[in-house]
Amino acid sequence: MKKATIQLETLACPSCVQKIEQATKSLAGVEKESVKVLFNSSKVKFDFDAEKISVVDVERAITALGYEVIKSQVKDK
Amino acid sequence: MDHYTTEKTVSVLQRFILSKKNHITLICAILIVLGFTSELVFKNEIVAIWSLATASILGVAPIAIQAYQALKVKVVSIDVLVTIAVIGAFLLRNFEESAIVTFLFLFGAFLEQRTLNKTRSAIKELTEMAPESALKLMDDGVFEEVNVDEVDEGDILLVKTGAKVPVDGTVLSGVGHINEASITGESVPVGKKKDSGVYAGTILENGTLQIVADRVGEDTTFGRIIELVEEAQDSKSEAERFIDKFSKYYTPAVLGLAIITWLISRDVELAITLLVLGCPGALVIGVPVSNVAGIGNGARHGVLLKGSEVIGDFSRVDTIVFDKTGTLTVGNPKVADKEFYADNVGEVSGYLASVERESDHPLANAIVEHIGDVPLSRVERTDVVKGAGIVAYIDGHRVAAGNVTLMEREDVHLSKKARADIARFEKSGNSLVLTSVDGELKALMGIRDQIRPGVKEDLQKLKKLGVKNLVVLSGDNQGTVDLVARELGLTEAHGHMLPGDKSKYIEELQSKGHIVAFVGDGVNDSPSLALAHIGIAMGGGTDVAIETSDVVLMNSDFSRLPHALGLTKATAANMHQNIVIAVGVVLVLLASVFLSDWMNMSIAMLVHEASILVVILNGMRLLRYGL
Repeated sequence: MKKATIQLETLACPSCVQKIEQATKSLAGVEKESVKVLFNSSKVKFDFDAEKISVVDVERAITALGYEVIKSQVKDK
Repeated sequence: MDHYTTEKTVSVLQRFILSKKNHITLICAILIVLGFTSELVFKNEIVAIWSLATASILGVAPIAIQAYQALKVKVVSIDVLVTIAVIGAFLLRNFEESAIVTFLFLFGAFLEQRTLNKTRSAIKELTEMAPESALKLMDDGVFEEVNVDEVDEGDILLVKTGAKVPVDGTVLSGVGHINEASITGESVPVGKKKDSGVYAGTILENGTLQIVADRVGEDTTFGRIIELVEEAQDSKSEAERFIDKFSKYYTPAVLGLAIITWLISRDVELAITLLVLGCPGALVIGVPVSNVAGIGNGARHGVLLKGSEVIGDFSRVDTIVFDKTGTLTVGNPKVADKEFYADNVGEVSGYLASVERESDHPLANAIVEHIGDVPLSRVERTDVVKGAGIVAYIDGHRVAAGNVTLMEREDVHLSKKARADIARFEKSGNSLVLTSVDGELKALMGIRDQIRPGVKEDLQKLKKLGVKNLVVLSGDNQGTVDLVARELGLTEAHGHMLPGDKSKYIEELQSKGHIVAFVGDGVNDSPSLALAHIGIAMGGGTDVAIETSDVVLMNSDFSRLPHALGLTKATAANMHQNIVIAVGVVLVLLASVFLSDWMNMSIAMLVHEASILVVILNGMRLLRYGL
């Protein structure tokens, strides 16, 4: 299990948070309970199974929603 | 074109449109102005219709894309409501409304983003202080600049003058002075040499250091402070979680209501107006905005507030308990009163300093420090009289310095005035040191622990902010504690308290219905810190203090306490104002749509966007809060 933090462009509306949260949760390999979208610091934090999904996949899903990814960080848990 | 490329082209197009949102907003504005001038001034219907219709289509594009993306992840967002409303108005050939609504929505979002960035600025300043690069010792023995993420524990790093220390580490070699303001709030540079600890985010003001990395990234003290503040600003109170749940069902409910209205009344205009005015904007954003601005203000002033729950509790506090006399006093005794019974004050001072230099008793230290630089004399034969003082010979004189018992032993006569002075000094809480030369009383000094400068005023401010009980619990004897309490105007003072007694006392207060804040240093009073409704640590950003408390006062600065309390009160009030504004606006809009005939989609959108800006601007006031 790994822990990722994705820094996004500044989020402006709370409904963005809902969208990103839903989109991230719906990906297989992402630990649903761990998904946290921080509105004010515009970050997404979650745990995931590196064998099922990579951070790039999650980034792609978020970019597809129209939010720019600035950088991401992965750490072993 | 196969399916995959089509999908890709579409998504690139979508992103292009979204990235040009601000341009689109501007073009919409121009088209709307053009449309209205040609209609009202030149009476040219065709140009008017075309401009307004183009503005509507152009403007709704980014909104519709966002709506589509939201629906894809099963969220009925504001964008969905607005898109349906705009399409509805467009189909009714009401191009004025569709154009104005899209423009207002886009322009509102633009302003929201700008103002929101302002409310977040204080915390951004903090995170931007994080180090980004480091000079790391590579395998070939050369220091090379690398990104701070590439530094691991155990790496050897070089820090040059003016650079930020990239990690928490230990000095291997070199000397220098470091400004640790980002961790402790104290801006006086601290000297560092071999084996000194250094902290990430602090700045080397002079010298060069080689350090070994002990903790990196989020594990450093600075990293943890940032994480704490970031989580705090996004933490949710009970009320906020309720609003979140509420808004999750609220938008679909608005959609449902609009459909029902349309089915019953067959009035499309009314139905789409409902969609616009039902947007939950101000309600969802009002509370987080107050929260982030309040916590940001705190971070800027050396007050770390751990989340909105803490803000709620602290703002209602009525009892503050201080863990020991040392929190309110400086903690090192000083000469507070003195009286001489001789004309040769200089000579007596010289003798006294010479004698007291021989001792390392706290009272002796205070006297030496107080007398300062005087010509010292050679001391022959010193005798320490246990529990009384010290006797020595200087230049053939017998000098005794100590308490009243020592004077009695030395057969020193105490005049009526001297006795009165002694009584007076004792009454003000002094420990006494009397000095005799050749059996004659020459000087009397009163030494006591000083109240921290400004504490009295700070406590007054706390009282003004509505704190009813100010209590000190201390391990010191009751006499000392009573004196401090009297001088500071505390409501209660208890001496001879062990850590266990303190937490029991807090429990008692809480069972009587008081909301209790406990101020401690986080070292051996964690039970009380945890037990109190609000644990306030006066630790200079130490790990323990950060972990166990709800509020951290950086740099142990007592004067931040009234600021912290005032700020939480202001923030809590601000949240309530924003909730009232948001709910009020929706209620007024709803009432007017059914009860008046001036309400339409454009006005609803205008009021709606205005209310969002009002709550953001209201939250922004907190950034400037100061006592």
